[in-house]
Formats: sequence, structure tokens, C-alpha cells
Amino acid sequence: MKIRLDNVVKTFETFRAVHGVSLEIESGELVALLGPSGSGKTTILRMVAGLEYADAGHIYFGAEDATDIPVRDRGVGFVFQHYALFPHMTVAENIAFGMKVSKVRRDKGAIDTRVAELLRLVQLDGLGERFPGQISGGQRQRVALARALAVDPKVLLLDEPFGALDANVRRDLRRWLREIHQELGITTLFVTHDQEEALDLADRVVILDKGRIVQQGTPEEVCRNPASAFVMNFLGDTNRFSAAVSGGVARLGDARIPAPGFADGPVDIFLRPSDLGWSQSGEGIAATVARVIDRPAGRRILALTATGEAVELDVAPETVVSAQQKGVITIERAKVYATA
Amino acid sequence: MSASVKGRPPRVGDAPGFRRALIGVVLTLVAIVIIAPLAVIGYQAFSQGLQVYAAAIAHPDTLHAIGLTVVTALIAVPINTAFGVAAAWAITKFDFWGRRFLLVVIEIPFSISPIVAGVAYLFVYGLQGLFGPALESADIKILFALPGIVLASMFVTAPFVARELIPLMQAQGRDLEEAATSLGASGWRTFFSVTLPNIRWALLYGVVLCNARVMGEFGAVSVVSGNIRGQTNTLPLHIELLYHDYQTAGAFAAASILALLAVVTLVAKVLLERQGAGRARRGPALAAPAAAPKTASAEVSS
Amino acid sequence: MARRILPGFPLALGITLVYVSIIVALPLGALVFKAASLGFEDYWRIVSSPRAVASYRVTALSALAATAFNLVFGMALAWVLVRYRFPGRRFVDALVDLPFALPTAVAGIALTTLFAENGWFGSVLAQAGIKVAYTPLGIMVAMAFTSLPFIVRTVQPVLEDLDPALEEAAQTLGGSDHSIFLRVILPLLTPALLAGLSLSFARSLGEFGAIIFIAGNQPMETEITALLAFIRLEEYDYQAAAAIASVLLIAAFLMLAVTNILQARALRYTARG
Repeated sequence: MKIRLDNVVKTFETFRAVHGVSLEIESGELVALLGPSGSGKTTILRMVAGLEYADAGHIYFGAEDATDIPVRDRGVGFVFQHYALFPHMTVAENIAFGMKVSKVRRDKGAIDTRVAELLRLVQLDGLGERFPGQISGGQRQRVALARALAVDPKVLLLDEPFGALDANVRRDLRRWLREIHQELGITTLFVTHDQEEALDLADRVVILDKGRIVQQGTPEEVCRNPASAFVMNFLGDTNRFSAAVSGGVARLGDARIPAPGFADGPVDIFLRPSDLGWSQSGEGIAATVARVIDRPAGRRILALTATGEAVELDVAPETVVSAQQKGVITIERAKVYATA
Repeated sequence: MSASVKGRPPRVGDAPGFRRALIGVVLTLVAIVIIAPLAVIGYQAFSQGLQVYAAAIAHPDTLHAIGLTVVTALIAVPINTAFGVAAAWAITKFDFWGRRFLLVVIEIPFSISPIVAGVAYLFVYGLQGLFGPALESADIKILFALPGIVLASMFVTAPFVARELIPLMQAQGRDLEEAATSLGASGWRTFFSVTLPNIRWALLYGVVLCNARVMGEFGAVSVVSGNIRGQTNTLPLHIELLYHDYQTAGAFAAASILALLAVVTLVAKVLLERQGAGRARRGPALAAPAAAPKTASAEVSS
Repeated sequence: MARRILPGFPLALGITLVYVSIIVALPLGALVFKAASLGFEDYWRIVSSPRAVASYRVTALSALAATAFNLVFGMALAWVLVRYRFPGRRFVDALVDLPFALPTAVAGIALTTLFAENGWFGSVLAQAGIKVAYTPLGIMVAMAFTSLPFIVRTVQPVLEDLDPALEEAAQTLGGSDHSIFLRVILPLLTPALLAGLSLSFARSLGEFGAIIFIAGNQPMETEITALLAFIRLEEYDYQAAAAIASVLLIAAFLMLAVTNILQARALRYTARG
């Protein structure tokens, strides 16, 4: 089922949470809504579900205008941030709930078969008789997913699906959700504030800031071409420098950074730690090493430039470097944005 | 947590002498202030023997008073419960203008003297009240009759069920109901199979307290009932009447029934508190919407 | 009006408003209307009559004394129930609510019988020359009984949730038990204590059933305000009844405001994050 949001607006009391958002999600796509808290991502998700009504704009499911369809009849599967499992019902009863209350009558045998099927799908065979309070957080998450899938929803919506879990469990569940999505092919939209989660899981990432979409694209597109300084910053560690453009080239120390299309004047240059290198001589920014942090994948150098700016850069694990050493920061890649 | 925990330095007030003295003083006062009144009721009720007691209970006026009290509770408590559930649903599941004000209004009867309540009802349904003359000409009796007693009882107990449910449902949030609705459940279905099972103990707790107050209400009912022996006397009013007639044994026999009700109420209260009822009220009445519902608070135990 | 996500809003709010209007607002409105229709001079004459003023004095003073007694006893009881373990603790804990569960008329005749001159306690006190029943002291006893649970039940949960680390911190800093109680524990209990005090005092001001049996009900001496309103009613002096009841109503609203302010302050105190 294709979903389309057309200029959707939502205001809470005096706070405008969502400013005219338009978005298309193709049938079978897995899309992440990514943004910091307060960016309006959860509000958008809840509007798609029908758990909030838009103040203006329209939401289409396929060709149908779903804007005014109440949540009960909208046919979405929603996984709540804290799961919202019914604590007085067993796992199996939770999963069966949607089928039992459905207008389409199903006999008990059919419901039991479907519950068993779903328990197998979410790898919880044998736990059907437990209560939500008797299983682990990761298991609860999977029950919540099974419950949402039980009603054969047109779309699956997940609100910070891994937010309440430990880092290890998170990574496993992420891969597993990707597999389930591939198996079922259901249009899926999920909300997260964790860029790694979004990039790891989604076909397409929609980045939000202050109630507006600031960029959308495949993980590759948003990583390689962040549309703004905000996106650049939000997706990972960066070093920011102020520089001046002259004749389409910005100068940073000895380094010349092409800035085509920028008029002469001040710009901001963003450099990821991995875009930088360390050498004894050459073209770049003269700096002194303040500290070296060792990590499994490499070494991170904290350096101070001659003008006193702090820079972080990642170098290969075998690089020989220590504090107080002087050298040059070489620039392999840089992003230039107009000064904010 | 206590002095009996070994291998831990004493907490403030754990010095054995102080501890024993304080427990002694407090228990003595409990005996004087709480246990003695209960004991004296039993003592006085049976002071002239079991037969006098039985005769006092079996007196038609006493039986009638018991009947009237039970009928009043059978009408007032269910209506009150329906109101409490509706109020809690409206206040905790929705945001609307005037919500906080409504909360305060519901709590008002709790702070008002029952006499004031009784007098107030007189000025609505009494002859000198707003609707008195109209009711008189239509020959509808509200005051000095069952409807007046029921209305006054409903006033004094208005907050009882709502104030047990509101803090609990506030803490539980709206996620469960939203989940049920997103799965296609109707409103009634959501209430009966998702909300009710999670509030049943608190609801029952409120009902038990409400019932005790309805059956025991004296001040408000004494204004609106007219105290007609054998007609509009509830059990508490009947006790007053017997007591002032110097029928002490009879008064205490009737009182022993209400004292028994009080004890049963306390036992029910303790049992319900073991199920977790009455706890949520301890928190702030209307804090900000809870971020994390407590539904999954129990951790893996096996 | 905004659309609602969950069902049942019109029905639930409708029931609530109808009930609150008919059961609570209408009678109180009628009482205020009746009292207001008196005109200021008549109203003032009634509410400032010597007998009325005497009733305020005895009611307020007895309530004050009863609340002071409960402050000390209630706090000691809460402390003992939370901090000590002894046989019968749960039984006593359950008994604390008896004054709420026991109908006031029953409490009234029981207390009167206990404190009458030939009663279990009255006879002992009489030898010491103390008369309780049919004196203001009796009113105080009845008020103290009916409002006892308030302070215990507001202080108890706060005391239970008190972080032991606070006391331990004070102990590592060299505080004596006495100074830790006064400087650390008591300030933490204060918001709850104040809330309990105002509830207890408000309840005592309005109490009727338990008092009228033990008070003696002598005009100017042992006649509480609630009883005076009741007496005016029995004399068919409805205007006076309305006026005096309105004084109790105003007092109740004042106490409600005080309680809410205290609770708001307590909340601010305990607010997290």
C-alpha cells in the first residue's frame, strides 16, 4: 500500500509540531523518520496511524483519502514505543486481540492457528501462555510486533521500536526486523532518533528538523550528500571550520577546498574525522596532538590547530602518533555550506 | 529497613530504648483512641444479654432502618460508580478545556460539612427551595423520603470512586486504549476487555469505601430525611433516636451492625490494597502525563 | 471542537457534567442563592450574632486542639508503622482507617459512653477532676477521633519513600539522631504534614455526627456551628440556617484553597526532572 502525505500540518496548543509535510512512501518500502526530539517525527507517525488528526493537509492510503478515517477502521499495525501490551492478557491473548475484536468473524481454530503462526514468525514459540510481565524487553517488543501484524495491516508503523532496549538486543532485533520486512513486503514506517538505526535498517531515510523535512533519500544519498549543515551534523561527528571563499575555492591552512557555486565570502566547512589524515608534512592544517584515544577500529587524534581550534580525526590503528607531536592534518573530503 | 535488620548501623530513632518507649506510647494511644470505642460498642450491645440484643435487632423499626439503609446503598452506590468511571474516563483519556477545574469540583463534597450538604438540598427540593413548590403541586416527594436520602448520600460520596480511579488511570496513560483501538476494538470492547481488567481492584476499592460512607452517613441524611420512625429512618438515624430515648442497649445493638460493616470494610480494604488498589492515589493527583506506562513494570522473574 | 482519538468522550463527559451539576453544583448554588438573597445587613446580623460567634469560637478552637493532638500522635503513629517492626503492626496499620470506616453516629455514642462520668475513661478522669463529655474537651475528643487518619495517611507514604541515603549522608557528616530528625527528616515531611494538617482541620470544622452526642450542645458553650445551622432549620428559620451554613461553606472553600496551595507547593518540592 502506497502512502502519501500532502502538506500535513499539526499544532499542539501554541506549539506547531508539524509544518506542511509532504511525503510519499512506496508500496513495500521500509522508511525511517529520523530526527532529534521535538522534530515532529512521532506526531507524523501518529497522524498516519490516526492516533492524531491533522489540522490541515491530507493523508492518502493508495488512492483513498484516509485523513478522516478513525484509527479503528484505518487498518494500520502500530507498535508503541513502550509496546502497550495488555498486562492482564497472555502473549497469545495479546496477539489474538485484534482478530477477536475484528468485524470479520473468525472461528477459534483459525485464530489459534494464526497466533501460532505469528509466534513462530517472531520466534517466540512456546511463550504464548506467559504474561507480558514474565518475558524480557526484547521478547515484549516482538510480541508487540506480532500483535500489530495479526490484523493483516496495510501498513506497519513503529514508534522508536528499539528505544527501550539494550544495545546488543537492539542490533539483533534490527536485523531481524529487516528480515521480517523482506519476508512480508509490508509498507513500513518507523520513527527513530538514532541515525545508525535508521541507516542500518531503512530503504529510505526521511530527516526531520523542527517539524519540517530537511532531506530524504537512500542511506547512501543522505550520507554522501547531506543537504545542509544540520543533516551533516546530525548524521555523525564533524569538525566545523569557518573559511573564506575566493574565486570558487576555500582555503583552510595550506589546503585548497573547491567550493564551486559559492560567491566570494565566508562559508562553513565540515570535515568528518574519517575525512582527515595525519602526516608529518604536506598540504593541510598545521596542528599539535593533544591526546590520542584508542578504539578497536583505529585511533582518534584530538589535535589543536595553530589558531587554537580543536579537531578530531581518525587514523589507522598502526599509525604512530603521540601527544605533543606536531604535524599536519590532511583533508581528503570536505563539505562546504553557506554560513548559518 | 528496620532495627531487626542485622549487620547494619542503626538508623535514626533505632536506639532500643527510644524505640520501645515510642511503640509503647503509640500502642497505648491506639488502644484508647481506636480500639476502646470499638470494644465499648460490642460491650454495650451485649450488656443485657444476647436475647435483648436479638430483640433489639429484630424490632420492626430497626429492621426497617436496616432495609432503608440497604436500599439507599443499592441505588446510590451503582449510580455513583457509573459516575466515577465516566468522570475518570473523560478526565484521564482526553484533554479538554476546564479539565483541572472539573477535578476540583468533583473533590468538593469531600471538604464540605455534611450538614451544609443537607441544608443545601433543602433549598433545592424543600418547600422554601427552588423546586419545592413545583414538586409539591405535582405531588412528588423528594425531601423527607427515599429520593432525598439517596441524593444527599450521592452528594457526600460523589468523589469516592472517581478519586481512586483518576490517579491510577492517569498513571496508566492512554497507550493501552490506543493500542486496542488501533487493532480495531470498539469503545465498549476497549473499556471492558482492556481498561476494566487493569482498574478493577481500584474500582472495587472505591466502591467499598463509597458503600461504607453511604450506609453510615448521618449529618446530611439527618437534615433531609425528616427522621420519621419506621419510614425515613436510616440505620445511623435510628441509632440516634434510640440513644436519645435512653434505649442504650438497642442503640448499641443497631450500632454494632454498622461497626461490623466498618470492620468488614477495613478487611476488604486491606485485601484490596494487597492487590495494589489505593496506591496510585498516594501520588500527585494530576501530574504530567506519564512518559512510561507502568504496564510492563514487572521484570522477568523466572 | 477537536476530534477525539479514543471513543466515548461525549458520553463520559456528559454523564460527569450532568451528575456534577445536579448532585453537587445545584444544591450548593441554591444555598449560596438563598444566603445571598438575605441582603447584607440581615446576613451580617445573623452570622455575627453572639451565639453564632460563640459557635465559631468553640468549633475553631476545638478543631485546632484536635489537629494539634493529631499532629503529634499521627506523626508518631506513622513513624512507628513505617520504621519499626513489631507483632501486630499490620493490624494497627489497618485499624488506623477505622475512624473513616466507622459511621460518625456510631463513633459519637461510643465516645460518649467511654467518656461519660460513669464510663470506662470518664470515671478515671472524673477522679482527677477532669470532665470530658458535655464539655469542649469532648468536642475535641470527637474531632480528634474522626480526623486521625488524615495525618497518618499523608505522612506514611512520604516516610516510606524517604531515601535512607539521606540519613546515611547526614550520619557520615556527624549528625546526631536528634539533629538529623530536625534538620533532614522533618523538613522532608513538612509538605505532607501541612497537607494532612489542613485536611484534618477542615474535617474537624465540618464534623457533626460524632460531636453532637458528646458535646452537650449548650448554646454559647458547647454548640458547634454545624449544629447551630441544624437547630435553625428545626426552628424553621431557613434564612438563618442558610446564612450559618454559608459560613461553613466559605470556611470549607478556604481550607480547600489552602490544601491545594500546600499540595502544589509539596508537588513543586518533589517534582522530578
